[in-house]
Amino acid sequence: MEKFTLHTGVAAPMDRANVDTDAIIPKQFLKSIRRTGFGPYLFDAWRYLDEGQPEMDCTNRPRNPDFILNQPRYRDASVLVARKNFGCGSSREHAPWALLEGGFRVVIAPSYGDIFFNNSFKSGLLPIVLAEAEVDRLLHDIQAFPGFRLTIDLERQLVIWPDQSKSLPFEVDAFRKYCLMNGLDDIGLTMRHADKIRDFEQARRLSQPWLFPLELN
Amino acid sequence: MSATIASPTENSVMHQQTLYDKLWNQHVVHVEDDGTTVLYIDRQLLHEVTTPQAFEGLKLSGRKVWRLSANVATVDHSIPTTPPSEGIADPIARLQVETLDKNVREWGIKQYFEWGDPRQGIVHVISPEQGSTLPGMTLVCGDSHTSTHGALGALAFGIGTSEVEHALATQTLLARKMKNMLVQVDGVLPAGITAKDLVLAIIGRIGTAGGTGYAIEYAGSAIRALSMEGRMTLCNMTIEAGARTGMVAVDEQTLNYIKGRPFAPKGEMWDQAVAYWKTLVSDPGAKFDRVVQMNAADIKPQVTWGTSPEMVLSIEDRVPDPDKEKDSTRREGMERALKYMGLQPNTPITDIRVDKVFIGSCTNSRIEDMRAAAAVVRGRKKAANVKVAMVVPGSGLVKAQAEREGLHKIFLEAGFEWREPGCSMCLGMNPDRLEVGERSASTSNRNFEGRQGTGGRTHLVSPAMAAAAGIAGHFVDIRHWK
Ligand code: SF4
Repeated sequence: MEKFTLHTGVAAPMDRANVDTDAIIPKQFLKSIRRTGFGPYLFDAWRYLDEGQPEMDCTNRPRNPDFILNQPRYRDASVLVARKNFGCGSSREHAPWALLEGGFRVVIAPSYGDIFFNNSFKSGLLPIVLAEAEVDRLLHDIQAFPGFRLTIDLERQLVIWPDQSKSLPFEVDAFRKYCLMNGLDDIGLTMRHADKIRDFEQARRLSQPWLFPLELN
Repeated sequence: MSATIASPTENSVMHQQTLYDKLWNQHVVHVEDDGTTVLYIDRQLLHEVTTPQAFEGLKLSGRKVWRLSANVATVDHSIPTTPPSEGIADPIARLQVETLDKNVREWGIKQYFEWGDPRQGIVHVISPEQGSTLPGMTLVCGDSHTSTHGALGALAFGIGTSEVEHALATQTLLARKMKNMLVQVDGVLPAGITAKDLVLAIIGRIGTAGGTGYAIEYAGSAIRALSMEGRMTLCNMTIEAGARTGMVAVDEQTLNYIKGRPFAPKGEMWDQAVAYWKTLVSDPGAKFDRVVQMNAADIKPQVTWGTSPEMVLSIEDRVPDPDKEKDSTRREGMERALKYMGLQPNTPITDIRVDKVFIGSCTNSRIEDMRAAAAVVRGRKKAANVKVAMVVPGSGLVKAQAEREGLHKIFLEAGFEWREPGCSMCLGMNPDRLEVGERSASTSNRNFEGRQGTGGRTHLVSPAMAAAAGIAGHFVDIRHWK
């Protein structure tokens, strides 16, 4: 996983609530057995006018002119600002994978689907929660000022406006922050507790043996 | 908001635990300073879509599966619902299924209900059916509807692929404790009203983000009165209310359901297990961070009209009018949904005509659902405007049971299709799907844009309501079905 410390990038507005993971990456692309290759199909049904299929070459597909991320000013966006309940729906980790490959490192919204929120940290995408009024203000500023760039300082937990004119603090779990800042793999960290897990399991085997039926071991 | 379960005898609430508290506490291996918890996982369910990258990750990092016997695998999402002997035409889907086959064999996972096995089916249907979901367990799966298993008094939740890999490698997950929410439903559900209507009404009430950050326990006389199938339908759609996990306390019905299933304990061990399982209820006086109360008698047949499960109404209502909505964000959301759904404001729900009917999915593909739909269809014919009405049992065992009862004949005689088990048109990863502009009455759980096929329009309903729409050609009030 790529480390995350400080990030500055163009912010793009997605002015709608309940953007679900089916919208972020439609199901036909979930047939892939790989972890990559989802970027071109990010928001596929909104981005293109035709129906996307896995492994399709997207260069000449008809683009939907009404889709916000198709506007040239957001072509290089890496911070996505959306409304409440972003990433609700299915557990597909393909959603943060697609966002990352599509160039995004940060999402800012008032709230998230729990599983998406969790998955994002595991893949190196930082989901930031800001109050609804602050998201309102951001959505406004992004649209008012072309090329609006935000800086996200994970160490200091701040979202910083262009020219440092304003900054807002955000919350993040200490453990998640630590993993993200160091690009650490959770599994390695958990394995430090392997002995504890083994002891716990052994105790469980004795107290609830029906969870460990002999024929399955 | 905060409240407690009323108890005349209990005056100290300090050490009273909710069911969720108990399940959580039982599985804590280690807690980091910031509260991040290493939580032991008893069971993991695997399917073809969210596991290939997890197994690949294991291999690349040179890790092993911690405990093979904790894993149960099947195929469900991308397989067609035609007989396995006909194979999988889509080469990408075929590769995905073959990859699971290969991983299961290479790693040595023994519990595999592969395509063609009579016990194969949707993960959330087969695991309870096999007794592989038991009360008191932590159970995870790379699928958000894992909440289904909470119906058996388990702590069950959906995870992403990195977490699938984490659970395979360590038999644990890193998690944080959620808050407690109680959804208390008392009274009696009127005739014709099912767990599906109840859960849609709950989502309509609290919203699709209402449960975010909470574990939901469903309690009250109406919940106790639900069958195990009904409780699974209810817990299944908990994720549509924003909560990752939902659960129902263990009672006699839970025990009766589990007894005798292949992986369930037997003999002396059964008694030992039951003694423990009976403690899996919220203590009187246990504290919940939020309480929602509903009266079962008020629930009417529910139909979603929009592109989020919270956009739901009763069959007696009319399509909402955005002009009457004052909040601008909500109004825009409504307008967008109506445009996508091709609906005019103020249209009576009963005037909405459907092109396809889908009876299936992990929400409603169990034997009771098949029976409820068959009872509506019996002796009638599919409406001419309905192009396809598809019935997809949740597992091979449900299918076999339904066929023993002759239900498939009822469907076939009415012009409905009777398919092989799988997820099917719930998400249309296989050939079963809606075409652009087509409208469905569906017993599945999500009405998101494009969920059942690009440009498809989904209305979520109960099995009886879906079946009735298939016969009438439009939505009808099942309470007046003769
Ligand atoms: S039936 Fe639908 S919701 Fe259930 S597991 Fe399959 S795709 Fe997911």
